[in-house]
Amino acid sequence: MSASMLSFCYLLSCVLFILSIRGLASPETARKGNVLGLVGMVLAIAATIASPSVAEYVWVIIAILLGGGIGTYFALKVKMTSLPQMIAAFNGMGGLSAVFISLAEILSGSDMRIENTLGLIIGAVAFSGSMIAFAKLHGLIKAKAIVFVGQQFLNLILALCSLGVCAYFVISGDIVGFYALAGLCLVLGILIVLPIGGADMPVVISILNAYSGWAGVAIGFSLNNVLLIIVGAIVGASGAILSYIMVKAMNRSLSSVMLGGFGGRHTAAASYQDDAKVAKVGSPEDAAFAMENANKVIIVPGYGMAAAQAQHILKTMGDDLHKKYGVKVMYAIHPVAGRMPGHMNVLLAEANVPYEDVFELEAINREFATADVAYVIGANDVTNPLAKTAPDSPIYGMPVLDVEKAKTVFFVKRSLNSGYSGVENPLFFADNTFMLYGDAKKVTEEIVSVLEK
Amino acid sequence: MIDFWMLMTILVLACFVGYFVVWGVTPALHSPLMSVSNAISGVVIVGALITAGIDDMNEVKILGLAAVVLASINIFGGFAVTQRMLLMFKKKKASTPALKEKK
Repeated sequence: MSASMLSFCYLLSCVLFILSIRGLASPETARKGNVLGLVGMVLAIAATIASPSVAEYVWVIIAILLGGGIGTYFALKVKMTSLPQMIAAFNGMGGLSAVFISLAEILSGSDMRIENTLGLIIGAVAFSGSMIAFAKLHGLIKAKAIVFVGQQFLNLILALCSLGVCAYFVISGDIVGFYALAGLCLVLGILIVLPIGGADMPVVISILNAYSGWAGVAIGFSLNNVLLIIVGAIVGASGAILSYIMVKAMNRSLSSVMLGGFGGRHTAAASYQDDAKVAKVGSPEDAAFAMENANKVIIVPGYGMAAAQAQHILKTMGDDLHKKYGVKVMYAIHPVAGRMPGHMNVLLAEANVPYEDVFELEAINREFATADVAYVIGANDVTNPLAKTAPDSPIYGMPVLDVEKAKTVFFVKRSLNSGYSGVENPLFFADNTFMLYGDAKKVTEEIVSVLEK
Repeated sequence: MIDFWMLMTILVLACFVGYFVVWGVTPALHSPLMSVSNAISGVVIVGALITAGIDDMNEVKILGLAAVVLASINIFGGFAVTQRMLLMFKKKKASTPALKEKK
């Protein structure tokens, strides 16, 4: 295959990749888009193998089949509730791949030291960071923010060391510097993700996603490969935009997420304390009665629904209400509900909830005023009205779902504990709120059994 | 050798393309967006193939082959998991029962 033919194939791949992301503009075009992306990838791989720069095929093809088999196996086997950690793990593989390529380039005598160093740094941080994110999401280590004294200081020292080693390697070309840099960046990736708590995971996953894109750009520069640069930039942009959307949806700055937890601001949260408050407790029968006599019910799912795998029984409840009692059922999704961007949408889709019934924050908020029942299942901070009314609260300014405007609010929760932010939710004590204590799935099952009587 | 500024131009223009294409994605599909962009970032496999394609079994080739395996996991796993997610997004079935009369 000639060089110009190869460039032409790469150009086609680029167009196909862009179309595949473009397809995600609507669920109708998304599947076709995904297939176009796969075709683009196969084309890029085939064209590269057919080009003169690949002299030996057998091992190369075995490696592709091996990796492809492993990846496909896990992708088809994984449960939908484990998706966030699966995506984190795949992302880590891409990062480690970038590390190996940079190392191989240096060992084979490439003089593009800056580019390969960048590929190494970004790839190594993306790899070890993704592995920690995976371990947290999979419950292998505590999902809570792991913070220790001097952590920021240690990170700063490590970052400065990396810079020093990086400069040393670029100037001297001493391979030991390259290995040292790899080690430093792996540790740095671990330390960056460790202090980030569970509910901030959507931001971290998006950032790591962006990293793997920028690693591709760096390798593109070292190999003079236009395809890698274009695709890396698009993936980098995608990760950056998703991080921005997630951070905006929490009204937090990127730096406060990266510094870990809602640390240091709990004093403000504690000021909202009132001993006289008692939360009203409802029963599944009450909830069933209120909902079957309602005209409109809005369901607000959160991570608690995912953790309890309650999406299927929730769908049954919605269907019963709609088919048996003629209730209009809508689903309201906050951008940061769950552990990755769009997490709730995927789970509801898995339970066969049609996507026309699922609404984003801006689209649903005016509907609460006319809703008879808001059924909040496993969500907390994203409904907290203090975000609108209490300027001293850590979550002040965060866009929230206006569930308090519904006539009756049911909260399915394990306890009265505050959410991730550590801020108490005054909605629990409101006159029109009833708490349904227990596991999200069990409570919903009980409601369904009453509804089906 | 391609001029550095030529590559830089391509990079900046690609950032703009990425910016506009990604903002066009519906929020409901942000999870598939993550996993598909993840799969697409596996295009570093092109670099891995070139390093692994040398006709000499040495440490460079072994590193290249390892990179090919890892990137393939990322690519094929990513596309497969995206397809699984997208297959679940369904439209409402045409028939909707008439709303019951309320008192």
